[in-house]
Amino acid sequence: MSTTTIESKKNLGTVENGILYPSQVMLDLNDLKKVYPTPKGDYVVLEHLNLQIMKEEFVTIIGHSGCGKTTMLSMIAGLNEISGGNISVLGNPVKGPGPDRGVIFQAPSLMPWMTALQNVLLGVNQVFPHATKSQRNDIAKYYLHKVGLDGAFHKKAQELSQGMQQRVGIARAFAIKPKVLLLDEPFGMLDSLTRGELQDILIEIWNKEKITAVMITHDVDEAIFLADRVVMMTSGPRAKIGDILNIDFERPRTRKAVLEHDDYYTYRKHLIDFLEH
Amino acid sequence: MKQSLVLNKVSDLVGTKSIFGKFKIGSFKFDGNKILRKFLIPALSILLFVGLWHTGSKALFQMEADYKIEKALTDQGREAAEAMQACIASGDVSCQPNTLPSPSQVWQSLQSLIADHKVISADKKAFAEKTAGINAKREAEGKAPITYTGRPSFVDQIFTSLKTVFAGFLLALIIAVPIGIVIGLSPVLRSSFNWLIQIFKPVSPVVWLLLVFMIVKTMTKDSNSDSAFIISFISVGLCAMWATLVNTAMGVSSVDKDYINVAKVLKLRPLQKVFKVILPSSLPLIFTGLRITLSVAWMVLIAIELLAQSPGLGSFVWEEFQNGAIDSNSKIIVAMFVIGIIGFLLDRLMLTIQNMVSFNKNDAI
Ligand SMILES: Nc1ncnc2c1ncn2[C@@H]1O[C@H](COP(=O)(O)OP(=O)(O)OP(=O)(O)O)[C@@H](O)[C@H]1O
Ligand SMILES: [Mg+2]
Repeated sequence: MSTTTIESKKNLGTVENGILYPSQVMLDLNDLKKVYPTPKGDYVVLEHLNLQIMKEEFVTIIGHSGCGKTTMLSMIAGLNEISGGNISVLGNPVKGPGPDRGVIFQAPSLMPWMTALQNVLLGVNQVFPHATKSQRNDIAKYYLHKVGLDGAFHKKAQELSQGMQQRVGIARAFAIKPKVLLLDEPFGMLDSLTRGELQDILIEIWNKEKITAVMITHDVDEAIFLADRVVMMTSGPRAKIGDILNIDFERPRTRKAVLEHDDYYTYRKHLIDFLEH
Repeated sequence: MKQSLVLNKVSDLVGTKSIFGKFKIGSFKFDGNKILRKFLIPALSILLFVGLWHTGSKALFQMEADYKIEKALTDQGREAAEAMQACIASGDVSCQPNTLPSPSQVWQSLQSLIADHKVISADKKAFAEKTAGINAKREAEGKAPITYTGRPSFVDQIFTSLKTVFAGFLLALIIAVPIGIVIGLSPVLRSSFNWLIQIFKPVSPVVWLLLVFMIVKTMTKDSNSDSAFIISFISVGLCAMWATLVNTAMGVSSVDKDYINVAKVLKLRPLQKVFKVILPSSLPLIFTGLRITLSVAWMVLIAIELLAQSPGLGSFVWEEFQNGAIDSNSKIIVAMFVIGIIGFLLDRLMLTIQNMVSFNKNDAI
């Protein structure tokens, strides 16, 4: 799999004096294994899973339902125990959850009793304990502004629509300035119009902040539009990385330009062929 | 159309036709429906209830009277029986059949209780005015003031009961919520305390009272504190706290996994996690528990006051029952309604507070 990584134009790294210096590896999943004990015996979800994700890369992950995508992502987040192999962030093994790996869950999972601002501040206060109160407020408000929620700072989370809640989720994740952003089908529950809007917002902030992002999606078009690389997982049990597709579109991208690009349908066909076999 | 026909009939029956006449046709249907549901049907059901009660108590009265006359006839002969009949018919206090009082008797008792309260209040006021000077002097000399020691009125009893129930409720809250949180946070503690909760939860109020009595009696031996009050509020608290304990533990242990994950990702410190995430999200369940606790407390209070001989509605009921005066039975029924209505109001109060603090309005039932 590491050869595939090197093939990627973006991740080639620099050649100096004939020596290849690969770009920095942000996330390294090495021979990863996950076993769930069940009453009927152990269930091996993931086995021999290897994946390297470079700094500032946006990777999307597709695979059949139940193959273990969420399992893999939650292991990176440190929320799920590793059964074998290891995961490291910038060379440091993952030992548990932490704000260096922000997560956007499928359900917005905001605290419904807090306002939008309080929800974002919950993280900001934690990550910037030495900033003044007004500095922290400014950070939270900046990101809420970025996701288009200027008028909703003081609305209770439960009063917001699903789409608006997920916007707060995005603001909350970026506001803690993580090294890696993990997204588990963040737009899965939204209608296609809202979904498109939020994709634009996500990619706009990402273009600016250049945080390494790993996003699970079921939507092939979304996977292509957002990603530098699309990672395809084989079906479980014992799922691993089946194939990786490099998306060589210019950034910043517009939806229109992507859809009109000659390679778009080749990419699309590649992914659909993989999923159908 | 059909709707309005029915309505007209109903309003004829209740005699409120003039009110309905004011409505415009356009809004008539909606308003009529609402008024029918909210006011007329409850009013009708109250009438029906009172009617049934009236007939029932009449029948019971007749049965008791027949029995009395019959007994006089077999024991003392014809003359005594006729005398008895005449006596019952005259409404003389000495020979009235003792049975379920009728609605009108209960109404009269309510009036007399209110009148009695007025008399006692006036008495108290007079007493306070009379002793004001003496008490001021006594206070200056460092002596305890003279207090009114006369018989408490029915309204005084109600307030005594409310005081006891709130003290018991606060005790339950202070004990059950923190323990519930601690137990809810730790699966180990939860399983190790589960047996204790399961065993103590169903214990009858009477047994709690006896247990508390054993302990408090010894502990308050030397002091001159009001041990009847202490015993009854502690027993009430102990009886009623279990619902809060169980609900708090359940609420705390079943916080949405997503929230816990957010707390983990943000690396919240344990106390922050409890106060910012776990407690707010379990508030609805805690309040459901507190609501049950308050209604249980009010329910067992009467029995406990009765047994502990602590003043309040419970001892009022018991004294009236023992007293056996002609209007005792109807006073007991008055107390029954007062207890029921206060219980209902307390529950509404808790529901309002619950709705105010809960983030999810749908959770409160
Ligand atoms: N806690 C668990 N215990 C046992 N089995 C589990 C557990 N969590 C997940 N699984 C199983 O592991 C497999 C992978 O689950 P996972 O949620 O990672 O799939 P997924 O790829 O995210 O699916 P989807 O696309 O539907 O979200 C599934 O078969 C699931 O039933
Ligand atoms: Mg999943």
